[in-house]
Amino acid sequence: MDKDRIDQIVDKHHSEPSALIQILLEIQAENHWLPKEALERVSERLQVPMTRVQHIATFYKAFSLVPKGRHEIHICVGTACHVRGASRVLDTVEGLTGIKPGETDLDLKFSLETVNCLGCCALGPVVEIDGKAHGKMAPGQTAEVLKSYE
Amino acid sequence: MPRISSADELAKVSQEMIARRDPNKPRISICAGAGCVASGANEVIAAFKAEIEKQGLTTEVDTKGTGCPGFCERGPILVIYPEEICYVQVKPEDVPEIVSQTIKEKKVVDRLLYADPATGEKATHESDIPFYKNQERIILSSNIKIDPKNIDDYLALGGYSALAKALFQMTSEQVLDEVKKSNIRGRGGGGFPAGRKWEGSRNAPEPIKYVIVNADEGDPGAFMDRALLEGNPHSILEGLTIGAYAVGSHEGYIYVRQEYPLAVENVTIAIKQAEEYGFLGKDILGSGFDFVVKVHQGAGAFVCGESTALMTALEGRAGEPRPKYIRSNVVGLWGRPSVLNNVETWANIPLIINRGADWFTQYGTETSKGTKIFSLVGKINNTGLVEVPMGITLKDIIYKIGGGIPGGKKFKAVQTGGPSGGCIPEELLDLEVGFDELSKVGSMMGSGGMIVMDEDTCMVDVARYFLNFLTDESCGKCVPCREGIRQMLKLLTNITQGKGREGDIELLEELSETAKEAALCALGKSAPNPFLSTLHYFRDEYEAHVKEKRCPALSCKELIAYHIDPEKCNACTTCAKKCPSEAIIGGKNLIHIVDQEKCTKCGTCFEVCPSRFRAVTKISGEPVPPPIPEEARKIVRKSKQK
Amino acid sequence: MSEIVLQIDGKEVKAAKGMTVLEAAQSAGISIPTLCYHEKLEPFGACRLCIVEVESRGWTRLVVSCVYPVEKDIIVRTRSEQVDRIRKMILELQMAHAPDSFILQDLAKEYGADRNRFEKEPSFCIHCGLCVRYCAEVKKKNAIGFVDRGIRKEISFVPELASKECWNCKECFELCPTEALQAAYVLTEALTSPALSFKREAAK
Repeated sequence: MDKDRIDQIVDKHHSEPSALIQILLEIQAENHWLPKEALERVSERLQVPMTRVQHIATFYKAFSLVPKGRHEIHICVGTACHVRGASRVLDTVEGLTGIKPGETDLDLKFSLETVNCLGCCALGPVVEIDGKAHGKMAPGQTAEVLKSYE
Repeated sequence: MPRISSADELAKVSQEMIARRDPNKPRISICAGAGCVASGANEVIAAFKAEIEKQGLTTEVDTKGTGCPGFCERGPILVIYPEEICYVQVKPEDVPEIVSQTIKEKKVVDRLLYADPATGEKATHESDIPFYKNQERIILSSNIKIDPKNIDDYLALGGYSALAKALFQMTSEQVLDEVKKSNIRGRGGGGFPAGRKWEGSRNAPEPIKYVIVNADEGDPGAFMDRALLEGNPHSILEGLTIGAYAVGSHEGYIYVRQEYPLAVENVTIAIKQAEEYGFLGKDILGSGFDFVVKVHQGAGAFVCGESTALMTALEGRAGEPRPKYIRSNVVGLWGRPSVLNNVETWANIPLIINRGADWFTQYGTETSKGTKIFSLVGKINNTGLVEVPMGITLKDIIYKIGGGIPGGKKFKAVQTGGPSGGCIPEELLDLEVGFDELSKVGSMMGSGGMIVMDEDTCMVDVARYFLNFLTDESCGKCVPCREGIRQMLKLLTNITQGKGREGDIELLEELSETAKEAALCALGKSAPNPFLSTLHYFRDEYEAHVKEKRCPALSCKELIAYHIDPEKCNACTTCAKKCPSEAIIGGKNLIHIVDQEKCTKCGTCFEVCPSRFRAVTKISGEPVPPPIPEEARKIVRKSKQK
Repeated sequence: MSEIVLQIDGKEVKAAKGMTVLEAAQSAGISIPTLCYHEKLEPFGACRLCIVEVESRGWTRLVVSCVYPVEKDIIVRTRSEQVDRIRKMILELQMAHAPDSFILQDLAKEYGADRNRFEKEPSFCIHCGLCVRYCAEVKKKNAIGFVDRGIRKEISFVPELASKECWNCKECFELCPTEALQAAYVLTEALTSPALSFKREAAK
């Protein structure tokens, strides 16, 4: 992501240090990850120590310090989904993709994350891929669903 | 729409809105909450708009996406006015029939009506559906009538009249008194009397004060606030502005979790529209009162739902809670008096001001007034949001409204209060729901998540699950929480894996005391609750895991084995085909066996074995019978007698 | 300056408004164990070791003395069965990380803490935060900070800053109760590319 775009986002928030999280959220949404150069630029523009930027970029799970895959798989492991067997769905997806939550596969095809409740509990267990929710997932169905993603 | 600059003007505008809306004009209101959207509601809405246009009815029929009415199990759901006919589980393919039958010919499409699973009885109108009938939906009932992206819908229901009443007919002190009189307690989990919190801020000497909406709803399984913020954002803005007036604040914040993009979108649109109409900003409705609101997104941290951590996050820092020796309504955001309340608390305020504290206090119990919205989820037939008066029994919520446990399974426990709460067993189902009542049995009200568990749920695993959640979500600052629950998780994981030892339960209890007494914030202090409450009511399960290496609920993967009963297997080959790990050996007319080495315990075979055979069983605490020899596995089918 | 009178361990103590219970106790020569407290730094309230019993208006509760402000007429007890039990547990939890720390060993002797109560953890940082806070508040360099949260929280140097500042400073080293800090520093130095060699930078 180029420096000018980052500066634009910082300016939009009037270079307010209290807007640090909002600024990083915008960069994350556009770029899908936070490169080190972006963190350094934000630290410089907001006059905020790098340690604070680092802490926030690692404390909050919305941020990724590594590039993400083309398709982001979010498996809900909230209580309602858990009680309906989400952990078995997660195990099967881990086996099929070869990655664990927080990881991206080597082809940069899939990134896997667990989330703690998407608010669609009636459809549990829920697997969200690229923002689209697949409800009432069973371990046996996961292979079919994943195959449809290039 | 020019700015509305007086209470009289507002009354006039609202009257005009109501007058302009022909009560007999057909209106199709389709739930566009995140849950229904995930089931295809947007496609249904698009199909309606296309079909209505195709039939040339665009000016005669209103179609809109609305807020969530709560009956998530049967989504996508819609209501057709003025008859109030309610259709459930609607698909885009159903749309042409609905338009031709119900809209044009005023006939009901029977197959789309709600049918009672036990009696088969159909409900035509929304108000006939038992799920809604047994609720007291003083807040939620508006959702299906409002397009959240259109402020006019809110005005047509009398929206912002409470704000006008507060600003012009009441002093700020009178507003505070009314809220105090209502005895409304915080709906976010703490249950602290809101009026008293407001008073503390009002009386604090520092002139700059803040009001904050906590929309960080992090409890897994709870989505009440999401439905309110997505579905009726103006009700929260109105409540917040009234609160700001009562306390003397001119700046408000709405902290929404980033996992709710639709809520962020709708409340941002609502703020813009409210500013245009003169309900926010300078000189609101010509009263001289100024108030602005900013939206701030969360970034994926459960701990930011804790009020002091939320304020720290608003300041652009990592969400680490602060000690509460000096209360945050006196020293809060930026060190200034800050009133932080939950979304649902704010949503109640316009109702209290418009109808009065006396009206509000008619609902509920002596110590818990008003209604509460619960998200009823888990092993329950009618998953969704239910709004009930405080004092209703858990039994009524779960059976009368929730429709009981699916699959004919036996109820085991209901978990309330999220990761800070506890499990309530069957013998306590007659408990009348309320803040103190739930605390007395070792749980708590929390934000309203109500997770129903059945005989297949392992209670030791439930404790482990919540501690696992908390080790990730803890801010990590203090030792009793970070280290304490680290060790508790290790112990509980070992127990669920059959590695529990004598003395583990006692050590867990000691760690619980340390966390409860010495942790920095409520997350740490309440972290032991799921363990302590499940130990209290289900000690036998813990002992079975530790002493017998057995999981009574047949759930813990390391303690169970899947086994095909050779007496019952009919070699239908279904399980072998569906097994994701190819762990089932069998074929046509060959009794199937599970290869225990390859089996990943996913449970697929158990789910797919036809119910007339029920050949797949789960074994725990005893050795798996060895597979019968290959020759004995051949099934000889009796030839059919002609 | 208004004076507040309170009782600590049966002794009458006069304290100034705004003081914490820990400061008041120290001024009266009463010792309360601490791990994350330092007189040059803002109180942190993370180790919870300085927890004490406070009785006021008939109610007794446990509070963390390094952040609890003094109040008129409160009765403070720096030792009790429950206080000791909690301190013992805190020490045992910390010793899962740093069983060989001299400071922890001394305290463990006093409270009867068992260094082997818990299985050993891989990291021997006990998160007292002294290094992070010293670099931020006293040196104002912010060369080291915290990253992540919960059980994955760690201290982490900012390599570009550390290579410039730390070689000639190292004032935080003597604050670390476990020497995890020194280990982190050495690791950062080792992982940094030769172009940022710490000694070369310092020599400039």
